[in-house]
Amino acid sequence: MGLVVAGGLYAAFAPKAATAQEASSRDIEAGRQLFLVGCSSCHGKNATGVTTRSGGNYGPSLIGVGAAAVDFQVGTGRMPMAQSGPQAPRKDPEYTAEETRQLAAYVASLAPGPSIPEAEYLDWRAANTEDVKEGGEFFRTNCTACHNSVGAGGALPDGRYAPTIKGVSAKHIYEAMLTGPQQMPRFSDAVITPEDKRNVIAYVKTIQEQPEYGGMAGGGYGPVVDGMYTFIVGIGALVGFAVWIGAHGARVKKQR
Amino acid sequence: MTTPEDHGTSSELERRPTHEPIDDPGLQSHEWRPTDVDAKLERRAELQISGMFGLATVLLVLFCVAYFTVDFDQTFLGWSAQNFALGASLGGAMLLMGAGIIQWAKKLMGDHEIVEPRHPVRSSDEDRADVMVDVNAGLNESGVGRRPMIRNSLIAAIGVLSLGPPIVMLGDLGPLPYGHTKTVWKRGMRIVNDVSGTPIKPSELEVGQLVNAEPAALFEEDEDGHRIIHGTEALQAKAKAAVILVRMRPEAITPASGRENWGVDGILCYSKICTHVGCPISLWEQQTHNVLCPCHQSTFDLADAGKVIFGPAARPLPQLPLGVDSEGYLIAMNDFTEIIAPSYPELARDQKKLDERS
Repeated sequence: MGLVVAGGLYAAFAPKAATAQEASSRDIEAGRQLFLVGCSSCHGKNATGVTTRSGGNYGPSLIGVGAAAVDFQVGTGRMPMAQSGPQAPRKDPEYTAEETRQLAAYVASLAPGPSIPEAEYLDWRAANTEDVKEGGEFFRTNCTACHNSVGAGGALPDGRYAPTIKGVSAKHIYEAMLTGPQQMPRFSDAVITPEDKRNVIAYVKTIQEQPEYGGMAGGGYGPVVDGMYTFIVGIGALVGFAVWIGAHGARVKKQR
Repeated sequence: MTTPEDHGTSSELERRPTHEPIDDPGLQSHEWRPTDVDAKLERRAELQISGMFGLATVLLVLFCVAYFTVDFDQTFLGWSAQNFALGASLGGAMLLMGAGIIQWAKKLMGDHEIVEPRHPVRSSDEDRADVMVDVNAGLNESGVGRRPMIRNSLIAAIGVLSLGPPIVMLGDLGPLPYGHTKTVWKRGMRIVNDVSGTPIKPSELEVGQLVNAEPAALFEEDEDGHRIIHGTEALQAKAKAAVILVRMRPEAITPASGRENWGVDGILCYSKICTHVGCPISLWEQQTHNVLCPCHQSTFDLADAGKVIFGPAARPLPQLPLGVDSEGYLIAMNDFTEIIAPSYPELARDQKKLDERS
């Protein structure tokens, strides 16, 4: 607790000159203290992971995962996990932005790994129509299989799932592509370049900003869900109407 | 035949047999509708129906107004406001018109019951005899019976017409499934990233990486900057040659016998086309090394030579042997040695041909 307070005090008085990219040794030390308190029970005191007797692990090794992986996992609330399960769900983050930065600095200091993306490649609003179109091609080729063509997400075996990309920040989308959290494959900057990644983000964000021209789309899950709504609500209303018509026009026995 | 008759007095009804186990109860006595007997209800129904038609008119006018006033990008409850306004007004108007017509017919239109007796379908014997006389006269005059050569040659022509040309033309409806064992992959062709067409070095792939890749031939251009393979041909080539490149820890991989050198430092390359019915698959779980087909849930273990571990697919995913060229880029060492894409009845025979060729 004292360490967290110390970290918080440090955060309050830290000189603003230090940029996010330049992790100072004080950041690394503060991150190490946070790590020992919050993460080491599963990931081990030296972040090398804790192996079980059967060959599995409580938490994987974090050597070489880089600052981007920490920023994604902690920044989206996936880590620390609330309980073990098939997949860590997204939830409200436990650590502040400053603490997340310190944790990332500590893990990045262990071994080289992907760093937090630069703002230049996160500014998706700078993408023009051509860029968005190209991003769409990359998205449909590489991402749609799991995340659906508008990023609505989808199911995987054994209780796992590809989460929705709706409401995820550009930075976290970029970091997910870069680091491949959980079952997601990695898409390194050498193959899908930072510009391509920016365009992919622009495509997802653009398509999710559009109004639902097709009406109630049921989360973009496609024609099956649309059809279900049409069938239950639409056909249901028509059946109700037919019953009403049938009920009111009936002959009466009581009158002459 | 069609004249309405008062129920219960029809001569047809009187001719019914009397020995049926249950006596014919006859027609029910007519019951009048509320609108027939109550002038107030009749007036109310009239107002109701004309109200529906009137409201439909208003909605149709609103449709025209909305068409010009609601902008394309306005939203209403997260939907496109224009689509919503147009759909609700037009749909509502048609629903009201339909309901009004039904109510009109049910409540106000004439309410007499009509009995129409049925007649036998068979023609009278005289008519049947007359027709046969005409037919026989026609046959005699044409001489079909007297001139068998003409008759038989016509039958032969019709027979050939109905069998020959259709069968010959059916053969051109599309290629037969077998005999298409080759793809555009060949020894030394670079493996390039789909969409961008950039070649890939092994060092650019990290453990857990997936690349949706294509043969470099699909991106080759002539001197004018046009793709050499283009149009339908390019789509067909792409549909057969699409691959996924994955990188796993080398110690996690169990190669099939004879395929120990088909990977490069844990990088393996498999066909992207499911062997069940040919859906493109790239749903790869990097920790389990399983690739799933979204169509019928066939699951292949890429760390175990593409073996089927679940689902209806009957064959492992075909693997493409990998190598590295002099500039360090990933290349194919060969075309697929297995038949890619969906299985079909003659597959075993074609696989044998493919084995003999290589």
